[in-house]
Amino acid sequence: MDITVNILLTIATAATPLLIAAIGELVVERSGVLNLGVEGMMIMGAVGGFGAGYLTGSPWIGLLAAIIVGALFSLLFAVMTLSLATNQVATGLSLTLLGLGLSGMIGTSFVGQPGVRLPNLDIPGISSIPVVGRLIFGQDPVFYISIALTAAVMWFLFRTRTGLTLRSIGDSHTSAHALGIKVIRYRYLAVVFGGACAGLAGGHLSLVYTPQWVENMSAGRGWIALALVVFASWRPWRVLAGAYIFGAVWIGQLHAQAFGIPVPSQFLSSLPYLATIVVLVLISRNKRLTMMNTPASLGQPFVPDR
Amino acid sequence: MRIELVKRPQRSALFSMLSPFIAFALTIIAGAIMFALLGVNPLNAFEIYFVEPISQVWQLHELAIKAAPLILIAVGLSVCYKANIWNIGAEGQFIFGAIFGSIIPVLFPQFEGPLVIPLMLLLGMVGGAFYASIPALLKTRFSTNEILTSLMLVYVAQLFLDWLVRGPWRDPQGHGFPQTIQFGDSAVLPELMPDAGRANWGFVFALVAAVAIWLMMSRMLKGFEVRVLGSSPRAGRFAGFGFNRMVFFTFLLSGALAGLAGISEVSGAIGQLQPVISPGYGFTAIIVAFLGRLNPLGIVAAGLVLALTYLGGEAVQSALGISDKVARVFQGMLLFFVLGCDTLIHYRIRLIGMALMKPNGAKLEAAPKLEEAR
Repeated sequence: MDITVNILLTIATAATPLLIAAIGELVVERSGVLNLGVEGMMIMGAVGGFGAGYLTGSPWIGLLAAIIVGALFSLLFAVMTLSLATNQVATGLSLTLLGLGLSGMIGTSFVGQPGVRLPNLDIPGISSIPVVGRLIFGQDPVFYISIALTAAVMWFLFRTRTGLTLRSIGDSHTSAHALGIKVIRYRYLAVVFGGACAGLAGGHLSLVYTPQWVENMSAGRGWIALALVVFASWRPWRVLAGAYIFGAVWIGQLHAQAFGIPVPSQFLSSLPYLATIVVLVLISRNKRLTMMNTPASLGQPFVPDR
Repeated sequence: MRIELVKRPQRSALFSMLSPFIAFALTIIAGAIMFALLGVNPLNAFEIYFVEPISQVWQLHELAIKAAPLILIAVGLSVCYKANIWNIGAEGQFIFGAIFGSIIPVLFPQFEGPLVIPLMLLLGMVGGAFYASIPALLKTRFSTNEILTSLMLVYVAQLFLDWLVRGPWRDPQGHGFPQTIQFGDSAVLPELMPDAGRANWGFVFALVAAVAIWLMMSRMLKGFEVRVLGSSPRAGRFAGFGFNRMVFFTFLLSGALAGLAGISEVSGAIGQLQPVISPGYGFTAIIVAFLGRLNPLGIVAAGLVLALTYLGGEAVQSALGISDKVARVFQGMLLFFVLGCDTLIHYRIRLIGMALMKPNGAKLEAAPKLEEAR
């Protein structure tokens, strides 16, 4: 029983950064912008979060710094693609490349340093209830943020007027612009929100998941988050489900390695990446469904005419 | 302050030529600020970074060694990107080219002679093309996004290589080091001028590939087809150009070139397989492709510049104690500025300051009310 609980807890911890980053990117893509820089913003959040936590000794300041760094870094992408109308695919890629390089340079002095970890929630009496107590009331704070964030985004996108406006921009920026909606302003806010989420996800990696700084520690999670958005066909609750499936795959292969299953560890390590491909194939096979759900102006640059 | 883009009636030939240079100048300025922040005299740092690494003949050879894979890969990618097909997994195709090409020297070391090298190069190209065919197949059969699949395959390729050199292909006499046996003499790509430096035939392959692709893109129907399908898939369809065929063509071509780069690197510069065989050539080549304006001849120049950032990174690390990651930062900044400057080709940029917005103040105040009314 205890083992099961432990495994479920580690799955939640592995799924949380994927969920947060993917939810952020979902909002960005719903507004019609494709930001391939998730991996870069995530790793910047990770190094910023670790650095701030390490220097101040407070994991909370670290978490805040991760969010701010992610948001600021995404602003770079926003200026390029929204104000200068650059190619979104290429700009997103360069954001990732720059993020991986910059984080490596900033983090040189952090390598091998002991980090600080966000404490798990601990409500006296309740968190110690077997099974339920630890699963529901004993996890790290970011886990709760991730769940709340998913619910909030769901409500925002489908139950508010602003959410409707955002989705309409994603489906046709020309029509939205003709209706007098500030397309570029909405998109700026969406991109920065996505950046803040990716930063938070990175902060989770370096302040909760493995409280230390390792170069390239995001290990492709930003890209998996991007795949999750496609897999979820741009629906928040499906992102939640997808993130936990991938969390399970990630943890499953780690446990399989620990149990000494006679399969080379490298093959097990490649499972999350292969699973991503398989899942993408399965979901994109149904062309009609994908066409129906993809925001129609996704990835297309928009220059307002006057 | 606000930025406003005004469309030019036609693309500006002036900025089309100037933009890489403006981007380079901006990168230098940003780099100077970065060095200053790191507490290093920028002028001194730039001398170590950009001048010293190419001040002697043998160093030019090192530059050629680094530039060769970048140019080879980027030339292939430029065709993909022109066709609006996004292969970003060249790093994986590079690795698979290296693995396929190494089959002969690792598994059949007793096979020697002048045929070895051509066969290895051929196998390398087959390996890269094979690995690139996976995202192409998934895209054409299931319309799966090629960006994500080709990238995921990079991680898989890295892990596969890691397994090979630690497992079945490990040198039994290697004292447990994760590496294959040293390639035999006839499996090593010859150096061009052994007396002057280490540069090998890989650089020649890169130049030949660049010229060949340039000819194809500017003088042959295939190049026209690529350009038409890239700028207007609909027009391409009416002209009878098949999109699926184009996906395969660009992926196989860029994969084969990346594979050739991989086996050339292993056979020429390294001499055996090891867990890591590339300092991110496959990703840096994306920057090279854009910096070279997706033009094969521009890519040759861009490849040399980016190769210099690698050498410079190593130089500042040993001379100033700054992390060699500085190279990656330079590369990232360069790509950013290139993309930004390319906007100037199609648009005029107008900066609208706060002072100018004041006359419209009344309009701005009215806006929120409008939104309420809606």
